Amino acid sequence: MSWTPADPMVSLKNVHKSFGDLKVLNGVSLDVMKGDVICIIGPSGSGKSTLIRCVNALNDIQQGSILVEGQEVNDPKLDKLELRKKVGMVFQQYNLFPHKTALQNVMMAPIRVLKQDKAQAEETARGLIKKVRLEGKENAYPGELSGGQQQRVAIARSLAMRPDVILFDEVTAALDPETVGEVLQTIKDLAEDGMTCILVTHEMAFAREVADHIYFTDRGVIVEHGPPETFFQNAQDPRTKEFLSQIL
Amino acid sequence: MTYKTDLPVMLPMKRREAEPFLSLKMWYILPIALLAILGPNLVVAQSTPESQSPIAVLLNWAPLLLKGFIFNLVISVSAMALGTFVGAILGLGQISLFAPTRHSSWFVTQFFRNAPWLVLLFFAMFLLPFEINLFGFKIPFPDWFKAILGLSLPVMANVSEIVRGAVRSLPSGQWEAAESLAYTRLQTLWLIILPQCVKRMLPPWMNLYSILTMATVLASIVGVNEVMTLTGQALASEGGRPDLLAPFYGFVLLLFFIYCYPIAKFTVWLETKYAVIS
Repeated sequence: MSWTPADPMVSLKNVHKSFGDLKVLNGVSLDVMKGDVICIIGPSGSGKSTLIRCVNALNDIQQGSILVEGQEVNDPKLDKLELRKKVGMVFQQYNLFPHKTALQNVMMAPIRVLKQDKAQAEETARGLIKKVRLEGKENAYPGELSGGQQQRVAIARSLAMRPDVILFDEVTAALDPETVGEVLQTIKDLAEDGMTCILVTHEMAFAREVADHIYFTDRGVIVEHGPPETFFQNAQDPRTKEFLSQIL
Repeated sequence: MTYKTDLPVMLPMKRREAEPFLSLKMWYILPIALLAILGPNLVVAQSTPESQSPIAVLLNWAPLLLKGFIFNLVISVSAMALGTFVGAILGLGQISLFAPTRHSSWFVTQFFRNAPWLVLLFFAMFLLPFEINLFGFKIPFPDWFKAILGLSLPVMANVSEIVRGAVRSLPSGQWEAAESLAYTRLQTLWLIILPQCVKRMLPPWMNLYSILTMATVLASIVGVNEVMTLTGQALASEGGRPDLLAPFYGFVLLLFFIYCYPIAKFTVWLETKYAVIS
């Protein structure tokens, strides 16, 4: 059975995950089609970040199935490196490599991991830095950039690997309010280009604007999901309603 | 804008320097050593006229003592190089994902880190043969070589801990970012983790070198011809004049001070420099 673009790009079925005695995911299922932008929202500690970290095998799961382009992630024989070439990730704390310049951060993995030609990788990297609107900052070190700028470099770094899907783990949560907008704009540009994105976010207005589908998680399960209009205006579950009333 | 306030949190921040014990500063050793070297000359003026003044005797012996001191430095540099090389491998072994490697590296590190240096030196001196036969060739194992091996053991264990500590001190996000970009573990270590660790490792590593240099005199106990051994021999051949003791040992102190103090100063400078950045 081989994967075709008509199948879900990422497909979670009945995923269970616990840290010791603490059950974090309690049977989560969701499908993400190619080109979809989905947002996962929910109270802190509801397992949102764990959920997307399982998709690129940063966390392993105890039960269930995660398929990425038809490849099973919950498999001891999984080639993690191959999986991670397809799945990009952007972190809350940016996690840029502080000893490398912005340009080096972006072009290092294509050269070292994908074995791309150096000149070609540099050209691509410069193009990506332009795309995230950081022209002129190529030679700046992460410590010399603002949080928002660092996060955009991190997005460019992830894009340089030409992933099929990118995971965004609360990427604006550590930012100053005035720089949140520029990062969200960058993600919006990506979404418009047709990049498949899975976002964990607290930015409701943004989720409403860019998401094709919204999932609300609480205590390790998906309580409710739907397209943004229905989800925000017509939530059914009392837990969703309570969460939305607190946050909106 | 300044406020008049007595709230401690509102006052401008001032770094408080630690008060040295009894306000003793390291450079005080300088006048003390000079006093030790020159002091006895004042006394000798009144004693027997035919014997040379201590300072003149010291000057006679100084070239030999200096040579001995240089031998100490050779031992220290060699032991440091060897210990750093093996220690770095051991330190990386301590963070290996393969449990047997990790556990055995940990054990070796802890064993040699918690052993007295002198005991390790004796261990190397008396358990290693004075020569080994290799394919019919006799390769001699001179004492100084054994001293280097013996002193490199604790260096190795300490470097191992320095490496492990530095790697552990990096935020886990660095590992995760590298993992999510499909770097192999080896690439992650070599390209991302270790380059960031060098800065953190430099101050403790230099500190260790200082300590090692001062510990090289332990080799005199096992008969290596380094500066302390030579000093002892020089004193003996001068007939054990008590007025020579202070100048000679003062001179040795001075040599070590001149070499080690700048290293200590530089280490402190590095520490403050990197503490601010990272």
